[in-house]
Amino acid sequence: MTDTYAPLSLHVPEPGCRPGDTPDFSDFEIPRAGDVKRPPEDVDPDDIRDMAFSIVRVLNKNGEAVGDWAGALTPDELRTGLRNMIKLRTFDARMQTAQRQGKTSFYMQHLGEEAVSCAFAGALKPGDMNFPTYRQAGLLLSTDYPMLTMMNQIYSNAEDPLHGRQLPIMYSSKENGFFTISGNLGTQFLQSVGWAMASAISGDTKVATGWIGDGSTAESDFHAAMVFASTYKAPVVLNIVNNQWAISTFQGIARGGVGTFAARGHGFGIASIRVDGNDYLAVHAVAKWATERARRGLGPTLIEHVTYRAGGHSTSDDPSAYRSGDEAAAWPLGDPIERLKTHLITIGEWSEERHTQAEAEILDEVVSTQKKAEAVGTLGDGKAPSPRDMFEGVYETMPSHLIRQRQEAGY
Amino acid sequence: MAKMTMIEAIRDAHDVAMAEDERVIVYGEDVGFFGGVFRVTAGLQEKYGQSRCFDAPINESGIVGTAIGMAAYGLKPVIEIQFADYVYPAFDQIVSEAARLRHRSNGDFTCPLVIRMPTGGGIFGGQTHSQSPEAIFTHVSGLKVLIPSNPADAKGLFLSAVADPDPVIFLEPKRLYNGPFDGHHDKPLQSWKKHELGEVPDGNNAIEIGKANITREGNDVTVLAYGTMVYVAEAAAEETGVDAEVIDLRSLLPLDLDTIKASVQKTGRCVIVHEATRTSGFGAELMSLVQETCFYHLEAPMIRVTGWDTPYPHAQEWEYFPGPARVGEALKKVMED
Ligand SMILES: Cc1ncc(C[n+]2csc(CCOP(=O)(O)OP(=O)(O)O)c2C)c(N)n1
Ligand SMILES: [Mg+2]
Repeated sequence: MTDTYAPLSLHVPEPGCRPGDTPDFSDFEIPRAGDVKRPPEDVDPDDIRDMAFSIVRVLNKNGEAVGDWAGALTPDELRTGLRNMIKLRTFDARMQTAQRQGKTSFYMQHLGEEAVSCAFAGALKPGDMNFPTYRQAGLLLSTDYPMLTMMNQIYSNAEDPLHGRQLPIMYSSKENGFFTISGNLGTQFLQSVGWAMASAISGDTKVATGWIGDGSTAESDFHAAMVFASTYKAPVVLNIVNNQWAISTFQGIARGGVGTFAARGHGFGIASIRVDGNDYLAVHAVAKWATERARRGLGPTLIEHVTYRAGGHSTSDDPSAYRSGDEAAAWPLGDPIERLKTHLITIGEWSEERHTQAEAEILDEVVSTQKKAEAVGTLGDGKAPSPRDMFEGVYETMPSHLIRQRQEAGY
Repeated sequence: MAKMTMIEAIRDAHDVAMAEDERVIVYGEDVGFFGGVFRVTAGLQEKYGQSRCFDAPINESGIVGTAIGMAAYGLKPVIEIQFADYVYPAFDQIVSEAARLRHRSNGDFTCPLVIRMPTGGGIFGGQTHSQSPEAIFTHVSGLKVLIPSNPADAKGLFLSAVADPDPVIFLEPKRLYNGPFDGHHDKPLQSWKKHELGEVPDGNNAIEIGKANITREGNDVTVLAYGTMVYVAEAAAEETGVDAEVIDLRSLLPLDLDTIKASVQKTGRCVIVHEATRTSGFGAELMSLVQETCFYHLEAPMIRVTGWDTPYPHAQEWEYFPGPARVGEALKKVMED
């Protein structure tokens, strides 16, 4: 018997839209707000497998909150959320410009993704620990952590709590539940599971959250995190922020043939949910559900936040080289700030005037804070941390070879 | 001959290699449509098609591991690790697999593979975009380690790396991508296009692996350098007036010990310069070799000028970077004895 086969060829996924093309999201299935039911926290992950293919949404087209994930937040809490998102966007815009003006070396913004970290922050309790990537500053900015300190870090100035050692935006605050950002993709996803295991080993009720981008789910550490989380039923919430792009690489390269990133959780028996990442109410509700599961010892949850990176990857990036400039406007899940604003207006708890006023107040706060930070110093203006600081903190006690090197360096 | 930046020269080298041999396959993070974050592979996907130049998932272990499989099959993968700082997840694949395939199978399987990665600092990249991990690779038996310092060398060494039957780590000093850099960071960048070393031969200019290059002749002290530090060493020699001979090693493994020996035996003095941290750095290996082969010619203790044994800092970049002032001091000091 002779079999004949056609020659094989390599399959390389391609995005539907490149520069010059018209964006088309018609294949992207979006369930109506309210359609996805809220299961009890102690649900068997096997019984909610469909949630990895649908999308939890609360805000409908008219700005109403609908379905059984709605109703978790008071108007005051919603206004705080809106302010936090405006603050993050304003902060980003100012810092992005400061980088362009040469006041720092590098910046990464959240444009279009503000709801993810801002809404999640509200679901956490003191003592919980986030293991964020560089694109979840809302987890920090939404706490009482001083914006001035964040700017001092960005400027690597004399009051930078990290003494100029780290790249801009790689903040760290144990007190505010914000684990030191590494910059090496995926590593910290796994550490979040370890932190959660430690909480369980210690008999605490603290939970951890891991954060990773769509592109970075390809890293081995992502998969290792899922194994450990599922084996030990760690009290952890594992978050994938699917903003459609990893620098120039569209999400299909990391996702391969699987329907969704959330569905990766199924092979590990982990409760896996997709949520509309541009819907503040939905992100918050899902975050509450998942943290509650974790805190009650019901196991880990994998959440895919479906959103869109409306800006460049970083200040080093020009997205017009690899994607259509119209894509952000065509993104079907809209803008998170606009959507929450519309909702608050719809329920009679906000107005255009109050919004404009809030924007102005926030801009004032950000600008005046920026002035204070710049008075302390910006990168390269000489008002930097001491070169001595670079030798400190490598170890708790400086070993003799480093003391010798520091002396050799003259510091 | 054409004037090229180092980025263009490495791109041209890819083009030559891919045109000559259809087994050459190029991939890595952002390498396909976009052409890499430093644009080294720009245009290659369009020219050679998606199965010869493509984007990889963000998984360095995966990139290297699949490349080993391809190399063993008979292809010649050339892969990009976006920054040398991100190679560590691939460590097991490189150290336990790529480096040993030939030896452990007695040549039954081999691994003709080029792993490219931008290396070194000087761009305010902080601890995750600045590292110089060359010594980690030279410590592994079975790997070759190259590091060019100018566009023509980059092209020629790259072509030899592709032709090589064994795995080659190809380190690209990113601070040199667009022009030479002597450590005087306040000076405006001089483009390769306006520099005599920006001249790159057409076609295949393969440069033999394992040959150093004397970039400045001198009689009083030998300076061993590579990558960005070649220009720093030259500047230090000019500025101190020390009659230094600067050797650009280009190939750390295999190493051109003959050229080093001949120079040190002539000058009787040796300064070793690298940007990487000092302890167990490649300078330690160089010092041992010079000691073993030139001891009776040495007139003064050798000196190493290196990065400090700390993570690469962000704000204190120029206090960390071993610039011309520090190298100059070493030159003067070694001349005192
Ligand atoms: C281990 C490692 N490999 C590569 C990089 C370079 N890199 C930085 S961000 C990035 C893309 C990440 O995309 P994604 O995970 O989708 O996150 P996003 O930036 O979209 O938030 C890459 C490849 C890195 N920082 N670390
Ligand atoms: Mg992404």
